[in-house]
Amino acid sequence: MIQYLIRRILYAVPLLIGVNILTFVLFFVVNSPDDMARMHLGMKHVTVEAMTKWKHERGYDLPLFKNDQAEGIKQFTETIFYQKSVGLFLFRFGRADNGEDIGADISQRMWPSLAIAAPSLLVGLLVHISLALMLVFFRMTYLEFWGVALCVAMMSISSLFYIIGGQFVIGKLLQLTPISGYDLGWNALKFLVLPVIISVIAGIGSGVRWYRTLFLEEVEKDYVRTARAKGLSETYVLFTHVLKNAMIPILTGVVVVLPLLFIGSLITESFFSIPGLGSYTIDAINKQDFAIVRAMVFLGSALYILGLLLTDISYTLVDPRVRLN
Amino acid sequence: MIFYWTDTLFFILLLMLAASVIRTRSKEHLRRPWRKVARSKSAMVSLTVLIFYFGFAILDSIHFHPTESQAGEGSFKTEAISLLDWWANPLRQRTEKTYSAPFASYGFARETVIGEDGVSRRSYPRLLYGGAHLADPEHGKFLDILQTGFKGFRDGFFAWLVLAALLTLITSKSSNLQFVPYATEIVKGRTEIPWRAILITLLFLLLASFGLGELSLKYHVFGTDKVGEDVFFQSLKSIRTGLLIGTLTTFITLPLALALGILAGYFRGWVDDIIQYIYTTLNSIPGVLLIAASMLLMQAYMARHEDEFASLALRADFRLLFLCLILGLTSWTGLCRLLRAETLKLREMEYVQAARALGVHQSTILLRHIMPNVFHLVLISVALDFSSLVLAEAVLSYVNIGVDPTTESWGNMINSARLEMAREPVVWWSLSAAFVFMFALVLAANLFADAVRDAFDPRRAE
Repeated sequence: MIQYLIRRILYAVPLLIGVNILTFVLFFVVNSPDDMARMHLGMKHVTVEAMTKWKHERGYDLPLFKNDQAEGIKQFTETIFYQKSVGLFLFRFGRADNGEDIGADISQRMWPSLAIAAPSLLVGLLVHISLALMLVFFRMTYLEFWGVALCVAMMSISSLFYIIGGQFVIGKLLQLTPISGYDLGWNALKFLVLPVIISVIAGIGSGVRWYRTLFLEEVEKDYVRTARAKGLSETYVLFTHVLKNAMIPILTGVVVVLPLLFIGSLITESFFSIPGLGSYTIDAINKQDFAIVRAMVFLGSALYILGLLLTDISYTLVDPRVRLN
Repeated sequence: MIFYWTDTLFFILLLMLAASVIRTRSKEHLRRPWRKVARSKSAMVSLTVLIFYFGFAILDSIHFHPTESQAGEGSFKTEAISLLDWWANPLRQRTEKTYSAPFASYGFARETVIGEDGVSRRSYPRLLYGGAHLADPEHGKFLDILQTGFKGFRDGFFAWLVLAALLTLITSKSSNLQFVPYATEIVKGRTEIPWRAILITLLFLLLASFGLGELSLKYHVFGTDKVGEDVFFQSLKSIRTGLLIGTLTTFITLPLALALGILAGYFRGWVDDIIQYIYTTLNSIPGVLLIAASMLLMQAYMARHEDEFASLALRADFRLLFLCLILGLTSWTGLCRLLRAETLKLREMEYVQAARALGVHQSTILLRHIMPNVFHLVLISVALDFSSLVLAEAVLSYVNIGVDPTTESWGNMINSARLEMAREPVVWWSLSAAFVFMFALVLAANLFADAVRDAFDPRRAE
């Protein structure tokens, strides 16, 4: 087990290096620091001095990969690649264009993101799995047919409409919750209700359909038939036999996104003006702040790889047949 | 004629589609799953809707420089227009000053109007075009809408009759029945392909389009937006954007996924390691962020090469194409993984082993023995991805990393209408129009994709 873990963690290193090099090429080679400077200082009338100053403030005035002017090991450390990439591995993200420390911003903003994303995931799981079990319970009836039809219809609606519609009906017409905003501590609760409800409803279509296929696959297996033949009730079979065995594919989907909960959702957070990492990223995209976008890309990838690792570990916990080696 | 990049690629795609249809018709083993799709009512109804949408997209993809009379007043002669623009010229040109509700003949906001007696007062101004033919909109409007709508419905019904008769005539040739008995079979719903369901869908589509078409000559059926453009026209133009994003992406996903997936599965060893490494790396970058990063870079690139993108239309077109490419780059990994797993299984099959033992060249094994046998996976994944790509466009446009703001798209319509929900009274029509058009397309695509998956997935075969 520990050996396996070490090997998996070592395997994550080349992946992270790959992500790092890819983003570096995207942000610094395809687009030279000169272009960035010109874009930020206004397109047309930029003096060379202003550009040099802009680049120097951000440490972009070094060579990309190899510094001929320096000596020894400094040939490689005094470069943009070393300065801007190695820090990412130690989660030192550097400074944003407005001079603020990205790392501090991230550690402060990930909590609101988590406050939205974690309840959305939990409530969503609960609701979607129970609805899917219900559809399986009523299989081969009209209820199932129309339930599935409703799921397909709900899948075909853009998530934007759920958010706009939910804000309009619950927030504006019924005035049950504030339309958007965020507060500290327990006061945040009333702001969280609406986004959570909306994200659960928006996910019903695809979620219920997905869980239903998982359950249907299990329902036709021999051990389920045996359980029924022994005289167990349908509900008992569904909840203890089917649900338990369908847990493995469900886990794959859930555990892998657990670390990503910190990143939050871009769309939800910007619609509800929640000061989380999602809206942070959107703001960065709109301000064309390359440093923040690159930090977020790296962070997202690192968390995703962590999620894959967690998934493998959780297999062994749920299913004793799975041995990692 | 002018060919934008996206036009050319779209037509190449359609040609390839046509070629594969012709090829499929001649091969019995390829036809069998399709026959199963053709028997499904929901699939054929959705296909009818999809073809209808594609018709509009094709009309909107044929661009040309208008002559002076075609362009009409107030538009630049240098601006290329599409066949759809030319056809819906009245819709395109009749712009009001600002918002107006569907079927309105008065403006949405009060303005200072100078009356006949020279006294200025605040009131709702008459619209320039919407219901402008009415002398007294307060009383005559409802009746006029009914009359116009009825005229449209009548024309639509006749068009449907002609089409339905033609379709019946053509299809009765392939059955052994005469025209009349075959028509009764259709009416009773006893044909193998559910022609009755198809014809009913067609009737609704034609009634709706003729009715709306007739009405939109006199009114703004879905109202107008902030700068007074007709929302119905915008929704029609958005069809092309949505379909292009859903289809052009395959130009990237298919070659990458097919080549890399099959190579990784067939050769295994270090080839497999490298390819797995590539797609795991790409996969671990959150899709939206990768798209955002790439769009930022493209903007910088376009800013640097300003002279290459002389006109606004060219820029918008390049951006649309680039978006398709990037969406393709982020979405090929799933299919690649599937193809790799399937090839791993196939390479151990007897017929592949036999081919290898007989000394068949490796490229021939890959092309003739492996590729045709993984193609059902490709088809299923393309069909399933289409609807999510159309939905993704709206979300990306909202984050400002989607299509160009000047390109008509449902995402841009939603984005610009979003803030108006806070107005009192609410401006709801842009959102509703985008909702209706998008929902119909995505629902049809989802249903069709389900039928394709049921027919092609061997695990689901009965």
